[in-house]
Amino acid sequence: MNHWIVAPIVLPAILAPFIIMVLRYHLDLQRIFSVAGVVGLLGIALTITAQAAGGDIQVYELGNWPAPFGIVLVLDRLSAMMVLLTALLALPIVLYAIASGWDDRGKHFHALFHFQLMGVCGAFLTGDAFNLFVFFEVLLIASYGLMTHGGGSVRLKAGVQYVAYNLLGSTLFLFALGTLYGVTGTLNMADMALRVAELPAEDTALLRVGAVLLLLVFCIKAAVLPLHFWLPASYANAPLPVGALFAIMTKVGAYSILRMYTLGFGPEVEATQGLVGTWLQPAAMLTLAIGAIGILGAQHIARMVAFCAITSMGTLLIAISLFTETATAAALYYVYHSTLATALMFLVADLVMERRGGAITPTAPMPQSGLISALFFVGAIALAGMPPLSGFIGKLLVLDAARDAPDANAIWAVILIGSFITIVGLARAGSLIFWKSHDAQHNTEMDPENDEEVAAAPAPEPNPGLTFTAVFAMAMGLVLLTLFAGPALEYTSKTAEQLFSPEDYISAVLGGDA
Amino acid sequence: MEALVASAVGVMTAAGIFLILRRRTFPVILGLSLITYAVNVFLFATGRLALDAPAVLNKYKEVPYTDPLPQALVLTAIVISFGMTAVIVMIALSAYLSSKDDHIDMTAQDSVDAPGEDA
Repeated sequence: MNHWIVAPIVLPAILAPFIIMVLRYHLDLQRIFSVAGVVGLLGIALTITAQAAGGDIQVYELGNWPAPFGIVLVLDRLSAMMVLLTALLALPIVLYAIASGWDDRGKHFHALFHFQLMGVCGAFLTGDAFNLFVFFEVLLIASYGLMTHGGGSVRLKAGVQYVAYNLLGSTLFLFALGTLYGVTGTLNMADMALRVAELPAEDTALLRVGAVLLLLVFCIKAAVLPLHFWLPASYANAPLPVGALFAIMTKVGAYSILRMYTLGFGPEVEATQGLVGTWLQPAAMLTLAIGAIGILGAQHIARMVAFCAITSMGTLLIAISLFTETATAAALYYVYHSTLATALMFLVADLVMERRGGAITPTAPMPQSGLISALFFVGAIALAGMPPLSGFIGKLLVLDAARDAPDANAIWAVILIGSFITIVGLARAGSLIFWKSHDAQHNTEMDPENDEEVAAAPAPEPNPGLTFTAVFAMAMGLVLLTLFAGPALEYTSKTAEQLFSPEDYISAVLGGDA
Repeated sequence: MEALVASAVGVMTAAGIFLILRRRTFPVILGLSLITYAVNVFLFATGRLALDAPAVLNKYKEVPYTDPLPQALVLTAIVISFGMTAVIVMIALSAYLSSKDDHIDMTAQDSVDAPGEDA
């Protein structure tokens, strides 16, 4: 067996308790180990991505129990690329959190950060539905800690809402798994796919209930309308570097939809026909619309970025719900783009909030306004999907893939108009925050409140050089994704091809060759 | 027995949902606990209901047995939901102590206060 597969879970699982127990009072050592851990994770992710790129699906049997009796981890192209994305995202964020001093504003930031990485990597790698639930819980419980990191009454109140919503989601997940187990008698995803296909048509009522419940759970995680209400308040009130990390959490929901519904509950299976196409697609379009309107209407930069996250999930799920190979390849490219772009915007929003507060109103100019506005501009171009950055390529691919869909007109209209509203919203925010500030300079005497806010702002971060390096690294990721769009798209096309021939996955898991 | 277990799950879920829709944190947490009880019973029942049956196979004679897997699942679910309930109690308590208000919704004042600036 290839032991690299379990490494992305084991490394943070060992590192996080080590940080809590041994390095509790030594912030410097915590920082060193945390960065080293993320770099290590990146190395592991690159290794397994290289292994998966060959197209073999590898299976890791935990405790050497053969599937479907034991829990398996499965490494295919999709899980490898998602683990790689997690590691790529985590490195600039951890550097940013260190440089901006966020990790010093509460306890145990680094330990929680690594627990979160463990949960995310586990969710991407597991091949067992109940184990997916367990990893969801791992990443959620770490996210509860990260979300309330730093404290403050507003953040704690938002935290209560976030935890309550997700607890309800977890309960729903258990109901769904219980129903599916009751019908199929297995929790192994590959085995479940086989049993679903064999089920006689008249016995599928419970199965449909289970599949719908499961879709609901993943839609809660992916913040699809009308289940998105938790996202703006919690992401906007979380520490913003944490919000940047949470950009991957909505993608866990999208990944799970893609995994479960290409494997077992696809449109070609009679029992679950029409589930994804009929329900997910309109919901995704509405998500995109509400996200764009939210960007336009937001009064606070953090909320605006949270709505950017919703918009990108809308576009992503439109592509996923088309359920064709080309659309999935486009969706996977868009996953990379939207995660990095949303995270970049969260970091830029944090830079802005640390200097002048987050309200989208003109105030006196902030220090380093030029540099930050340039970064905001890069992030806005990427999110809105304007050339030359990867958002343009991503949206173009999605639109192109939707060309043959039955409601291509509606999809094109929603994506294009949504992008336009996004551009207007981001332009409005950018001009109010960065340009109008020069007009506001003359009026500061008339508005003593603003003066106070500037004076009360926390001291600039201890290490501004590293802060900007981290944000530029995130922006660099987008540039690289644009430059190497060809190879990236080739990889995602092969991934989509692999996803749409689930029999390989099933035979790799149940074949017993490992 | 089936009717009894099914209605127990149903009543607990209904009561839980009713409580979750309250406006203060304490009933909401109670409602979440009730729903997790309901889901635990439900998971237990997914292995089919059997009376006086051990959860192990007997290789010497034919005896009725019950599915052990849901029991393991329930154990995991209990542990997780217990931990999660503890977490939400702690977060709700600190939210209440720091804002002197245990309403679950954000007030207008909260959304005016810029988040994150109180750190």
